[in-house]
Amino acid sequence: MTTTQELSLITESFVLNMGPAHPSTHGVFRMRATLDGEVIVDIEPIFGYLHRGIEKLMEERTYTGCIPLTDRLDYVNAMNNNFAYCLAVEKLAGVKVPERGEYIRVITAELQRIGNHCLAIGAMLNDAGALGTPFFYLWRQREKIYDLLEMLCGQRLMQNYMRIGGMSQDMPDEFLPALAKFIPQLDSFMNEFDFFLKQNEILYARAKKVGILPKDVAINCSISGPVARASGIKRDLRKDDPYSIYDRFKFDIPTGEIGDCYDRYRVRIEEMRQSTRILEQAIKQVPGGPFRADVPQVIRPPVGEAYAHVEGPKGELGFYVVSDNSIAPYRCHIRSTSLINLTALRQMVRGWKVADLIIIFGSIDITMGEVDR
Amino acid sequence: MIAALPAKDIVSKLNAKFPGAVEEAGADAVLVKADSLLAVAEYLKTTDNLKFDYLNYVTSIDYYSYFEVIYMLTSLTHNRSVVLKVRCYTRDNPTVPSLAGLYEGANFQEREVYDLMGITFEGHPNMKRIFLWEGFDGYPLRKDWNR
Repeated sequence: MTTTQELSLITESFVLNMGPAHPSTHGVFRMRATLDGEVIVDIEPIFGYLHRGIEKLMEERTYTGCIPLTDRLDYVNAMNNNFAYCLAVEKLAGVKVPERGEYIRVITAELQRIGNHCLAIGAMLNDAGALGTPFFYLWRQREKIYDLLEMLCGQRLMQNYMRIGGMSQDMPDEFLPALAKFIPQLDSFMNEFDFFLKQNEILYARAKKVGILPKDVAINCSISGPVARASGIKRDLRKDDPYSIYDRFKFDIPTGEIGDCYDRYRVRIEEMRQSTRILEQAIKQVPGGPFRADVPQVIRPPVGEAYAHVEGPKGELGFYVVSDNSIAPYRCHIRSTSLINLTALRQMVRGWKVADLIIIFGSIDITMGEVDR
Repeated sequence: MIAALPAKDIVSKLNAKFPGAVEEAGADAVLVKADSLLAVAEYLKTTDNLKFDYLNYVTSIDYYSYFEVIYMLTSLTHNRSVVLKVRCYTRDNPTVPSLAGLYEGANFQEREVYDLMGITFEGHPNMKRIFLWEGFDGYPLRKDWNR
């Protein structure tokens, strides 16, 4: 057999441009991959196709007027964006949210987390080649979550439901019974779904020991959320830095062992179960009373700065808000989970094949609206 | 609960180790001199009882007379955080040492600050625009930027 060397063939690296309009890039993301045959030598992520200058736009709007802009950051996770932004402004302005408002916030945030993980897992399995089937089963559940959220505020995707000091409106009477009916249904769906995929041979072959992210690299790259937990970092801001009323609920933090794509998938499945646990407890505890503090539409927080973060479905989502005592933020910085979680992508895909790049990228779970802002 | 390590604790440690590095100590943030930022961050990251190994965010603010670059560090072991600030008093080509070599997580975030605020990070492996295109006029998050 003649080898390449004997034939003295010249091999050179090959540059493959993926995106910005590639079905598996979850939006408009571009990667310039340098390949040696089919093996990835290096990749360079290229951002900015969805940059709308939201941080600059926020400087020209009132504090309340900024909330719809936060919906448009991570558009599969609008509630948690609202949540983090409102927490930062409330910290700045010294506003206390009434009990009922806090419970509605937690309920919507956890529903949104389940919805986000439905998308994340479905899209990752899509990328692994399980085209359509698991994706649409999950999306049926996500659809029900959006029905519930629509019941609350009339909007499905960009809810714009939270306000400084509470929520825009109270829950309708039908909401809690509908939610109580949804949870056991979701639980049984999760058990069935997990039964089919937990030891699925194809998922094992595609995801197990693929794209390993070691713990120390994850910490150094500021990775957060399910990706960090899959690498064995037991960190969840709902436990480590409890905001709102999260210290009242019992739930566990699932972690992975080696930080491969399969661990990231498992952590998300377990997180969905933990979220339903929180929902079950919250339904039983919701008090009556006001759902919003008495805060005017236009506020002038005192001069100062505040940073607040929440454990979003993708990781630590934070807002750094600076006030100069005018009606609009002087500066608002968004700590984007998706952008920072992509820092480790280069190290995760080196040495893997192009087909693995797709599933590794899918397992990080990003939204381009939040990466580019 | 992540306890913010009182700034005075950090300041007394830093003053002992790096005399003159601390410019000002606020209630919850420490303002350090730009030229000693790298040494201070390395000390905070590697010292055993501090161990600030996680960089939460990097951001910048334009206050007209100076730019402020802000870093939040968290220690995952001790569940404590500290905020470091650096100021640049010049408007043309402000420069701050890069932390990307120490915290890989600063890589994209420093590029973002450079892209939108025009602060150069010295020693960054790939200091170029991240969201806007090469040749874009000005830095949009500066307060004097005009459409």
